[in-house]
Amino acid sequence: MNNNELKLTAANIRKGIVTAVHSAKSGHPGGSLSAADMYTFLYFEQMKNIDPSNPQKEDRDRFVLSKGHTAPGLYSTLAHRGYFPVEELTTLRKLGSRLQGHPCMNETPGVDMSSGSLGQGLSVAVGMALSAKLSNKDYRVYSLLGDGEIQEGQIWEAAMFAGANKLSNLTVIVDNNGLQIDGRVADVCSVYPIADKFQAFNFNTVEIDGHDFDQIRAAFKAAEAETEKPTAIIMKTLKGKGVSFMEDQAGWHGKAPNDEEFEQAIKELDAAIAEIGG
Amino acid sequence: MEIKLSDKKIATRESYGNALAELGAQYPDLLVLDADLAGATKTSTFKKAFPDRHIDCGIAEANMTGIAAGLATTGKIPFISSFAMFAAGRNFEQVRNSIGYPHLNVKIGATHAGITVGEDGATHQCLEDLALMRTIPGMTVIVPSDDIEAKAAVKAALDYEGPVYLRFGRAAVPVFNDYEGYKFEIGKAQVLKEGTDVSLIANGVLVAEALIAAEKLEADGISCEVINMATIKPLDAEAVIKTASKTKKVVTLEEHSIIGGLGGAVAEVLAENCPTKMKRIGINDQFGQSADAKTLMKHYKLDSEGIYSTIKEWMS
Repeated sequence: MNNNELKLTAANIRKGIVTAVHSAKSGHPGGSLSAADMYTFLYFEQMKNIDPSNPQKEDRDRFVLSKGHTAPGLYSTLAHRGYFPVEELTTLRKLGSRLQGHPCMNETPGVDMSSGSLGQGLSVAVGMALSAKLSNKDYRVYSLLGDGEIQEGQIWEAAMFAGANKLSNLTVIVDNNGLQIDGRVADVCSVYPIADKFQAFNFNTVEIDGHDFDQIRAAFKAAEAETEKPTAIIMKTLKGKGVSFMEDQAGWHGKAPNDEEFEQAIKELDAAIAEIGG
Repeated sequence: MEIKLSDKKIATRESYGNALAELGAQYPDLLVLDADLAGATKTSTFKKAFPDRHIDCGIAEANMTGIAAGLATTGKIPFISSFAMFAAGRNFEQVRNSIGYPHLNVKIGATHAGITVGEDGATHQCLEDLALMRTIPGMTVIVPSDDIEAKAAVKAALDYEGPVYLRFGRAAVPVFNDYEGYKFEIGKAQVLKEGTDVSLIANGVLVAEALIAAEKLEADGISCEVINMATIKPLDAEAVIKTASKTKKVVTLEEHSIIGGLGGAVAEVLAENCPTKMKRIGINDQFGQSADAKTLMKHYKLDSEGIYSTIKEWMS
């Protein structure tokens, strides 16, 4: 996909996020929207050997959403990628739905691991990457972390293991939107400097703008070229990106838009789509 | 059938390590993960035989648990090894959310359970693990009673698809499951001795003690039925109801808190199906302390003498 196509896909994925959360009347739009460009690039460009008609394909690249509360972002991406109908997004968080509040690997086609309890997903991604190394397979493993999430100690246990075991097939992405539930990550309990921390745990690190597809593309190229270390991509993003009133507001971490706000959000995203030329 | 306690004593953690090493060749997907305790959990035996399939995660049990979950999603069969305190205690939420909820094929080999840890004292004597693990939907929980059963349980766990918690001890225990016709099956109780006055339902190290205590009680004219309930979950409810209906008195025996473990599981079945007079023998809602295993077993009245006197008093 060229950048324009990626932008268009990302805008449609953002519409799906807002639609799903509005329909559920709860959920996490802020961090889903901040990572929407990353989700788009991963599933439409980066991940190899994935097949919506065969989600369990053995040697596929794998993705673990460690910040599992941004499931609406993952679901919208999977739906637009063809794993299940886009219309199903409105079943989010409803009784009997395949789209649980947090990802469930046994319910949703394309979800590689159940997650949601912060701090645990990266360890699982490490296990998958380790399995590939042990079996001489060349699939890669990606895991998306929240910047607030890296306050969890288990993240650093996993990082230490990945660095020590030279899991170069593992790429960690930190969504540095700077906000967590109680406020700014820098104020609640600062996680900065993030890249220095991962470097100290023997990671290759790349710092990018998480809304710039050229930079995202270059970061993954750098990760693929690295043969000795796992890579951490620390991406600066805007929480709520794409919906003006949600942008950079901690209050939109885990809140659904009302009908009026929903209409406004869709109007803005449609305008963005028109501008891209979709 | 007469059960004989052999003079040969083996710690079930030893059996665990040996079983893994023996089964390694037959199960190429079997991996063993440790958190700097391979020497103590005895998985060092496996490590020696299959160095490429042993992964030391360092002192980071939560991460080890997640790594095992990740390995299991790719078809590996990981055993994670640590002391019960860490494998079940520290790790409870990792086990619940990363293994239990997705129902992944991870086996948890928890050694050094109960007070027979001995001198290390209360911080390392896990008396709550069975209660914790039993509440996780889809989790199988097994407490082997001797070398033979421990090895059979490891094999059964390997052949079973899904999460299994296996509890092993530090102290050597007599071998007795070498009787004719012994067959380990997940979820099946073994009646070791038939009786009519009282049922002794035990697991782990308490099975051997219960057998000795039963002999003493028999000498006093109290006929004991002794049941080895190696699987706590799924519990063999049928066996519990059958023996309770026969003797009308049930005693549970375990090296665990009397809350939530075997005593709890049996009480739940009895209360709902056939309310029966019951006595739970175990650790009475308290922490352990330092001493050698034998001294502690005596102190907490979990040795055959203590069991005998408790049941004798309760029966009168």
